[in-house]
Amino acid sequence: MTREPILTARGLVKRYGRVVALDRTDFDLYPGEVLAVIGDNGAGKSTLIKAISGAVTPDAGEIRLEGRPVHFTSPMRARDAGIETVYQNLALSPALSIADNLFMGRELRAPGLMGKIFRKLDRKEMERIARDKLSELGLMTIQNINQAVETLSGGQRQGVAVARAAAFGSKVVIMDEPTAALGVKESRRVLELIRDVKARGLPIVLISHNMPHVFEVADRIHIHRLGRRIAVIRPSDYSMSDAVAIMTGAMEPPDAPAAERADGAGP
Amino acid sequence: MSERDARDAEGYGEGLATRSGDVATFDGQGHSLLDAIQHKLHARPEFVPLIVLVVSVAIFGVVLGSKFFSPFALTLILQQVAIVGIVGCAQSLVILTAGIDLSVGAIMVLSSVVMGQFTFRYGLPPEIAVLCGLACGALCGMINGMLVALMRLPPFIVTLGMWQIVLATNFLFSANETIRSQDIEAQAPILQFFGEKFNIGGAIFTYGVIALFVLVLVLNYALNHTAWGRHVMAIGDDPDAAELAGVRVARMRISVYTLAGLICALAGWVMIGRLGSVSPTTGQFTNIESITAVVIGGISLFGGRGSVLGMLFGALIVGVFSLGLRLIGTDPQWTYLLIGVLIIVAVAIDQWIRKVAA
Ligand SMILES: Nc1ncnc2c1ncn2[C@@H]1O[C@H](COP(=O)(O)OP(=O)(O)OP(=O)(O)O)[C@@H](O)[C@H]1O
Ligand SMILES: [Mg+2]
Repeated sequence: MTREPILTARGLVKRYGRVVALDRTDFDLYPGEVLAVIGDNGAGKSTLIKAISGAVTPDAGEIRLEGRPVHFTSPMRARDAGIETVYQNLALSPALSIADNLFMGRELRAPGLMGKIFRKLDRKEMERIARDKLSELGLMTIQNINQAVETLSGGQRQGVAVARAAAFGSKVVIMDEPTAALGVKESRRVLELIRDVKARGLPIVLISHNMPHVFEVADRIHIHRLGRRIAVIRPSDYSMSDAVAIMTGAMEPPDAPAAERADGAGP
Repeated sequence: MSERDARDAEGYGEGLATRSGDVATFDGQGHSLLDAIQHKLHARPEFVPLIVLVVSVAIFGVVLGSKFFSPFALTLILQQVAIVGIVGCAQSLVILTAGIDLSVGAIMVLSSVVMGQFTFRYGLPPEIAVLCGLACGALCGMINGMLVALMRLPPFIVTLGMWQIVLATNFLFSANETIRSQDIEAQAPILQFFGEKFNIGGAIFTYGVIALFVLVLVLNYALNHTAWGRHVMAIGDDPDAAELAGVRVARMRISVYTLAGLICALAGWVMIGRLGSVSPTTGQFTNIESITAVVIGGISLFGGRGSVLGMLFGALIVGVFSLGLRLIGTDPQWTYLLIGVLIIVAVAIDQWIRKVAA
């Protein structure tokens, strides 16, 4: 099976002063797959996905979406290109409502003169779509879509952030530790959501420290260490403790990334 | 790590069994009356100042009778708060983005001086001079905005500096010279436009008062019903989150400070109407008075919460106390004392409302 990756990065470098957060790292995401990214704290996982999603501009390297080089200068650009991201800090505005947050930066304007001249928002439509999206994803039973996000529990907030990305992503959905703050039940729900999104044919990048979660949903695992991708493995080929050992440097990474062998689509 | 895994393993089977989305039931958490009030205020932060306003008008009305509770006296309050209210609109916008603008008063005065001097010293048509004054205010605001947004300097420091710079420019440019009311009336009455009065059954309004109301309504609409307004709130809430969510934070900040400057210039024009003359030495306390109106009006100094309606009520509360206590004949220091108490109470209430977060 020779498929082209939908999203690739080659030689990404990002420095913060003397800290090298990304050290010539590569990245490949194939259509329809769930790719987990694991690595120690500070390994550069968040920086990697921020570079891909336009939130930080890499110092060097190249990113291609569907084969074409892209240069995202802001998260908005990446979003316009169909890449949606759930950031580690969720990127929600606590005082604003669920609907406002879902549509932040892509608000709908009312039809006719009110929208054109007075730039009036189409509140009703935004609320309707927000309600639809949330229930379509089976995520929650909403009583009040106008509730401020800060009145939600941590898990509910994470649900809103995940729903936003899942609802609007058209090419790639990236989730940076979407289950970090969640209880057992809520985590299950997010994992199911990841499967739902995958079933819609969208590839997902999942960053997580939770090995059981990773091994449960991932098709491939990208292992990040000291700012670089040191291995890509398939969960079926390795145990959780092997993956952790590679991640922490206790075990030599396998020579050729296993997944590339399996896909037959090398860099 | 191992603990996490264990916990997870436990929940495995159970989680798979309960597929239905019982993650989140968004019921209101309000159980006691106090909770309900807290939630109500969280949604409508202008309620507190509105209640305080109504109660204080009622009390002064009872104590002073028709001396206070007359169309004339009540509209006098409106005339007296028009300028602070308009500047308060500018201050509200900036504070909603979690900034602060100490230069509002200075920008207002410089703009009014530009309107006056461009007419009288350079002989420009007064309409053009007014436009120049408005442009001057917008420019000052834009400088504030660029320093805050692009240089990432703290708003307090930027506007503290601009306050001094603009005020000094004002004195240097005007050569400390006042333009007399009679001259303006004779040669450029448009400068006094907002001072013109009209009488509706004993209630006396000026165009300045009308300008205040129109401005408050327009801003209230813009903040609540346009994407721009939602972005202003989002920036005040959490600028990093807003940026990641797709708000162009720097551009928004510049637009907010520029608009604030423009509104201050409008206040300068209204001030010419109120004073009759153009004086470079007025408005020294307008920055503090506008911040007072904003705070009493329930807008959070931490940004992201509050409404311009609240600010209007805040400004009116100050006006009601000032006039009411003066009519009673107390020492004016009592007014300041009470305003001081109100400020602290308002901030305490703001803190309490913010705790609504689950
Ligand atoms: N804005 C920043 N300024 C300075 N240093 C940064 C910044 N962001 C990240 N870093 C540094 O870059 C390195 C990688 O950080 P990053 O957040 O990408 O790690 P991570 O793998 O996501 O970690 P975690 O698992 O804890 O989320 C760290 O050493 C961090 O201190
Ligand atoms: Mg991270």
